[in-house]
Amino acid sequence: MSTGEKYLVAAYLVFLALVLVYVAIMVARLGRLERDLAELRERAAEREAAEERAPEPVA
Amino acid sequence: MSLYGKGLRPLSIATAAVLTGALVMAFLYAPREAEQGNIQRIFYIHVPLAIVALCGFVAGGVFAIQHLRTRDRSHDLRSYVAIHMSLILAVGALVTGSIWARGFWGHWWLWDEPTLVSFLIVFLLYATYQPLRFSIEDPERQARYASVFAVVAGAFVPLNFAAVRMATERTHPRTLTAGGMPGEVWLTFGVALVGMALLFVTLWKFEMAAKHSRFELKALRRRLTGDAGPAAGRSAAPQVTA
Repeated sequence: MSTGEKYLVAAYLVFLALVLVYVAIMVARLGRLERDLAELRERAAEREAAEERAPEPVA
Repeated sequence: MSLYGKGLRPLSIATAAVLTGALVMAFLYAPREAEQGNIQRIFYIHVPLAIVALCGFVAGGVFAIQHLRTRDRSHDLRSYVAIHMSLILAVGALVTGSIWARGFWGHWWLWDEPTLVSFLIVFLLYATYQPLRFSIEDPERQARYASVFAVVAGAFVPLNFAAVRMATERTHPRTLTAGGMPGEVWLTFGVALVGMALLFVTLWKFEMAAKHSRFELKALRRRLTGDAGPAAGRSAAPQVTA
């Protein structure tokens, strides 16, 4: 591989790395969003269960 | 799924397909340049990266005008994300350009070359956008000042571009206006440019969808528990209520 070709490969690798790093960051943020969503689902389920357990108001 | 999440799958597939096509064309279809050799193929990523980054900066200015006209904070968010994405692409353009310069000129950078220095000035100008936002605590004022910045800087981009094109002394090639580019090179460049534009739009939509999902989640948490979650503190990113 000539020196020019090495620079060519390096330039394309830089571009690929930029895209991959960005996608990796997006994946990490998606994971965080999913964790937050799971926590909210859990809280919603707990709240529903608490409402079901609560005694009926006496008329 | 938020409005920005719609159509993301086909858009992502189209982006991957066009960029792969451009890559294949750049290496297997486009002819080897007589003077530069294979290193000229950097042109197929470097120039589209630079063009799309500059267009993204201008788009950020257009969204900022909409924000200033309507006071709708979602336009500020669009402007913020467009500038954020353009900065990333501009880093790519600077690095790939430097690699080409080292390979062909023997220097990583030439300070007396107007095209390079003007692009660096635009990049550094936009690099101050995030610190500017972060320095303003009040979200309303932050959005307004950032929009004014985006409009002024957005107007500077084409002016700067025109001034550089008029410069007489330059070392940087003027490939697109040389008139002697073969059809295969034009076609490969066109595909690469479309691919890069698609990449910008896809990443912009992903970022917008992620930000809207986060805002919606925050609103949901507030409704469910009366608590907006851990205090976010000062942020450079626009805070839009879902």
